[in-house]
Amino acid sequence: MATGFHGVGAAVAALSSSPSNSFDSKKLLCSPRRSFPVRKGASFVADRSDGSVNLDLNPKARRAQQLIVNAVANKADSSPASSSSKPGHELLLFEALREGLEEEMDRDPRVCVMGEDVGHYGGSYKVTRGLAEKFGDLRVLDTPIAENSFTGMGIGAAMTGLRPVVEGMNMGFLLLAFNQISNNCGMLHYTSGGQFTIPIVIRGPGGVGRQLGAEHSQRLESYFQSIPGIQMVACSTPYNAKGLMKAAIRSENPVILFEHVLLYNLKERIPDEDYICNLEEAEMVRPGEHVTILTYSRMRYHVMQAAKTLVNKGYDPEVIDIRSLKPFDLHTIGNSVKKTHRVLIVEECMRTGGIGASLTAAITENFHDYLDTPIMCLSSQDVPTPYAGTLEEWTVVQPAQIVTAVEQLCK
Amino acid sequence: MALSHLSSSSPSRCANLLKLLSSAISLRRPISTDTTPITVETSVPFTAHQCEAPSRTVQTNAKELATFFRDMVVMRRMEIAADSLYKAKLIRGFCHLYDGQEAVAVGMEAALTKKDCIITSYRDHCTFVARGGTLLEVFAELMGRQAGCSKGKGGSMHFYKKDSNFYGGHGIVGAQVPLGCGLAFAQKYCKDEAVTFALYGDGAANQGQLFEALNISALWDLPAILVCENNHYGMGTAEWRAAKSPAYYKRGDYAPGLKVDGMDALAVKQACAFAKEHALKNGPIILEMDTYRYHGHSMSDPGSTYRTRDEITGVRQERDPIERIRKLILSHDLSTDKELKDIEKEVRKEVDDAIAQAKENPVPEPSELFSDVYAKGLGVESKYMQKSIYRHKGDELPSQAFGYNNPSEH
Repeated sequence: MATGFHGVGAAVAALSSSPSNSFDSKKLLCSPRRSFPVRKGASFVADRSDGSVNLDLNPKARRAQQLIVNAVANKADSSPASSSSKPGHELLLFEALREGLEEEMDRDPRVCVMGEDVGHYGGSYKVTRGLAEKFGDLRVLDTPIAENSFTGMGIGAAMTGLRPVVEGMNMGFLLLAFNQISNNCGMLHYTSGGQFTIPIVIRGPGGVGRQLGAEHSQRLESYFQSIPGIQMVACSTPYNAKGLMKAAIRSENPVILFEHVLLYNLKERIPDEDYICNLEEAEMVRPGEHVTILTYSRMRYHVMQAAKTLVNKGYDPEVIDIRSLKPFDLHTIGNSVKKTHRVLIVEECMRTGGIGASLTAAITENFHDYLDTPIMCLSSQDVPTPYAGTLEEWTVVQPAQIVTAVEQLCK
Repeated sequence: MALSHLSSSSPSRCANLLKLLSSAISLRRPISTDTTPITVETSVPFTAHQCEAPSRTVQTNAKELATFFRDMVVMRRMEIAADSLYKAKLIRGFCHLYDGQEAVAVGMEAALTKKDCIITSYRDHCTFVARGGTLLEVFAELMGRQAGCSKGKGGSMHFYKKDSNFYGGHGIVGAQVPLGCGLAFAQKYCKDEAVTFALYGDGAANQGQLFEALNISALWDLPAILVCENNHYGMGTAEWRAAKSPAYYKRGDYAPGLKVDGMDALAVKQACAFAKEHALKNGPIILEMDTYRYHGHSMSDPGSTYRTRDEITGVRQERDPIERIRKLILSHDLSTDKELKDIEKEVRKEVDDAIAQAKENPVPEPSELFSDVYAKGLGVESKYMQKSIYRHKGDELPSQAFGYNNPSEH
């Protein structure tokens, strides 16, 4: 389940403190890269926690999949195995998304992309660059600025069996398509008594950027989270971006993939072989003993920066990137809570009605007996994101606040 | 649905004998198999926008007319029965009835194949039946029972039939039109050589997403036909109070349009065949069906506060679609008045039988609450949530609802 992780301890590498986009996630000791044993000839490897069967795998890979679980639990195995695996290749997060998308479009002719400026322009964040030249105008479709209707068209196409990937140029624009996403995308499988599946992927960047203004800094995951029938995932590294993109496209359910405007230029070395990341699984970023810190997307990096300080102060935080926003991976989270008995949630959603609010309720309801102290949730302020840089900085959670919160929790 | 079914389902030998005798005596070929072409002129010509109107002369035959008659009688009877069931509180919530508009459903179906897609709004009972849905599926769904087309989980506004490419059944006004253009996109993508008919009402015609979807469909040359079922009232608002330009067939601007007498099943058939041919070659086209609903908008609307009873009875006397076909059949001497009345009696019994059967049908199992939310099972969290719901209820946990029983096992 968890990533094969070694070298936990005091020596956390210095994180670049500049607020620019150029986080080099390679510098993070707690790299989220998954280490898995080499398996020549396997079709692909799926990252799963419970060893459940993935029907896509050939029998050989399925057996191999069971081996993965054991390898992860036993750290001694993973180290030599992973270093002898193929070196992989380095790329930026938006390139990883594109790679995942391109591989899926190669694999399945039913996959198509719809969005504003995804085709000839190459995508406003370059995620779809080059795809229109390769796949043509019917598979990479430039739409007019009409979110409500082209999202609806994507859903209609999905009802017949196509697998569209609909891009919102900014997640905030998808508010115009809320009706289609809620009523049609989320509910048609249920209201038709199971006749139609909607294998659509809706993706796009959201979150607070660099002084983009209130309307372009929205966190749509808090608005969409109540919609029944959809799955929501948030990527945070090139590795999980590619893995989640591929898994989302292959899923029979509608999946909303939340990217973040500030994370597109993260660089990481990812495997050459085919892999996906389980949509419903959280990622163990840094195992620890004292406190469970739950986070996702950009806040993961603020948490890791705070973790550096915390470790120096003698704390041992366990950091989990929840990745799956709907449904929550209560299995991983529960195991962590049972170990540490203290929970801090760090999110970018606003205080009221955000992912953190729901997660707090879910953990309290299910793991109340294991908590030594009430759950603490650090969220953004309940304000429209201001333009001024200093004010914007104060609306989101900063590492110093995370450090203070952990110190308070662990008193 | 054809009359041929009628003879096979007739229970008494007497009826069969009578039929043989009467056909022998009259030396007339039974109406159900007679395909000699009959030419009929539509009473109202087509009005065209940016295209050439099809001819007023429609080819049909006795078999088709008999099918039209029977199908429309079934639909009419079904809707009236739904009215009674609603008043008896067996149908709850919203119930939007289609009586008066049957010609659109029946004429459209005659021009299409099952490969063509149809998507419509919440006034979907008759369109569902035209696409091959059974009366039991209709009544069971309306009463929220397991045998319903959506297993009782959709209700009146959510009828679907995937195997005949009927895509529903949508409660939000106008939202089905982008979906319909998406269906057309998929047909073009997969080179199906089929078309999609996306139906909406005069109220929905003012939705922005229609124009957005039409724009995209025209840009991408999609085989989409937008059909405005203009019954002249958007719930309680007459069309002249809601639309600055109530010429809905012209509102596509660059897209061609056709205005059709929606109470004439043959005119509808002609227009739909024309539209299908046009859309496959030239992209989207708009059809405006001039039709009328006898009931109010829904069962909670008496339908008489915004229009006069004289208007309703006037339309019923002059333009009723079933009467039109009846007159056509009788004037061409294809059947007798008695035979047609027999059909109506038989349909009435068929509908009553279906209702009785639906009433016996059980309500969905409690576990159905959680099925079909996601394809292929629920997420981890949902399993935890179900556990707490059942704990609160004090009920026994259904075994399939709970994924793993004890997380500490892992």
